[in-house]
Amino acid sequence: MGYVRPRMGALAVVAALAVVPGWARAAEAAPGATPKAPAAKATRPEAKPVLVQAEAPPFSEGIYPCSACHAGMPKNGTRRELVFHDEQQSIFDHGADQRWCLDCHDLQNRDVLRLANGAPVPFTESYRLCGQCHGDKYRDWRVGVHGKRVGHWNGEKTYFLCVNCHNPHSPRFKGVQEIVSGGKKTVAPTLTYLKPEPRPKRPEEQRR
Amino acid sequence: MTPNKSLPVVTDADAPPASPRDGVDPIGDGPLDPARRAFLRTAAAGTAVAALASCSSGVDMEDFLRKHFKELSPDELKKVLAKVEKRNQERFGKKTTVSAKGPQPGVEYGYGLDISRCVGCRRCVYACVKENNQSRTEPQIHWIQVLEMDKEHGVDLAHADLYYEADAVPRPGKFYFPVQCQQCRNPPCVKACPTQATWKEQDGIVVIDYDWCIGCRCCMSACPYGARHFNWATPNLPAEELNPDQHYLGNRPRPKGVVEKCTFCIQRVREGRYTACVEVCPVGARKFGNLLDPESEIRKVMETKRVFVFKEELATHPQFYYFYAT
Repeated sequence: MGYVRPRMGALAVVAALAVVPGWARAAEAAPGATPKAPAAKATRPEAKPVLVQAEAPPFSEGIYPCSACHAGMPKNGTRRELVFHDEQQSIFDHGADQRWCLDCHDLQNRDVLRLANGAPVPFTESYRLCGQCHGDKYRDWRVGVHGKRVGHWNGEKTYFLCVNCHNPHSPRFKGVQEIVSGGKKTVAPTLTYLKPEPRPKRPEEQRR
Repeated sequence: MTPNKSLPVVTDADAPPASPRDGVDPIGDGPLDPARRAFLRTAAAGTAVAALASCSSGVDMEDFLRKHFKELSPDELKKVLAKVEKRNQERFGKKTTVSAKGPQPGVEYGYGLDISRCVGCRRCVYACVKENNQSRTEPQIHWIQVLEMDKEHGVDLAHADLYYEADAVPRPGKFYFPVQCQQCRNPPCVKACPTQATWKEQDGIVVIDYDWCIGCRCCMSACPYGARHFNWATPNLPAEELNPDQHYLGNRPRPKGVVEKCTFCIQRVREGRYTACVEVCPVGARKFGNLLDPESEIRKVMETKRVFVFKEELATHPQFYYFYAT
């Protein structure tokens, strides 16, 4: 598994958010909270399964760090049509009537994301942002019901992040592709639907 | 000649015609001379051996007289595995490792498939073919069959299409229902097998000893899921695509004329790994784990989702669960 990255810190954060009754409490619970799920797992006699976070898909070339461009630009929080970032605006289909860029991207520090209560979240933990609205999916994802995991059913497994399968700007699931970025294999969402593999041969098409 | 003989009689043109007494069946007419009886027995055994010797399917006397897999001693098992590896080497010119790793204690496998997620891309079908050394073409054998169904009709086999073709999936108004071996707790195939070539393991996997299978296909007719597949011809498997990590009861290359089936990738799951179809599924619709472990994904599915089994009314009690995660 060349593309996994041991990130126990991320797991602890995931576990720390074991109960997220409302999006406003998510940020308070996150830093330094007592991890609930690992404590419960530690009582099990056998070794607990190790979870490793998959590599997030890379940003478009030259996009990150955002501050490279934004540091010298005036900060304007007014909702408007952007002249730049057309590649995102053209596909934007994530509750477009209700929200725009600065609902998730931080105005003060462009290199982080922002929870609804204003707390900053690094790009590597974007699932916390997603979990604010999609609490049911987030709960399922944490226990492995939603989303994909690979590896060992009783040991080390890699879990994929929201952004490995869903494009945050157009989150309706279409398909994923395997990509190599920086020498590491990961998966990234596609913008087109999947083509199915060939159908099986009908019995009459097979030589007897 | 007496007309209307119930049994077929081999007639030889040169031999004098048989002259059975009128109205008396020649079979079972009086006791046979013990010496003649012994002669016939030897002759029958000799014929069987001769038939075996002339058989080109690679079966030899040692295989033929072997004990059942479950009765093999560790030494005998080692010999059998070495033989399979040797046969692989001869057939594919490639070194393979064939294991016979047994079930882990305290493990009962469960499989979950999220129907609301599956997009019908058939990636699982081909990952399974690759992992389990199935025949690629002529005969083409797929252990997983993805059925396309109408949302309007629900799970209804009468409206299911196995041979759908599309440029993009999922298609509007359709949903997809992959079917593979359900690893029943009450498996009709095991009951139907006259030679006990198939049985259910401790961890819930229904396996076949492909050397023990006589290809009678009774299990296929007993299986309500169409999950068993008979190979009519020698599996067509390119040597370069052979998966060398094999299990005796799982993905070792099969001889011609046996029934094949999904074994939850026995060679992978007994090493702790996920099955090939779970790993390849691009939407994460497939879940796998230990039903006895309350922290496993499959248990979380069973505790929190709407779960059903296919053809529940038949009381086969599958270990394969379909669920709706939304």
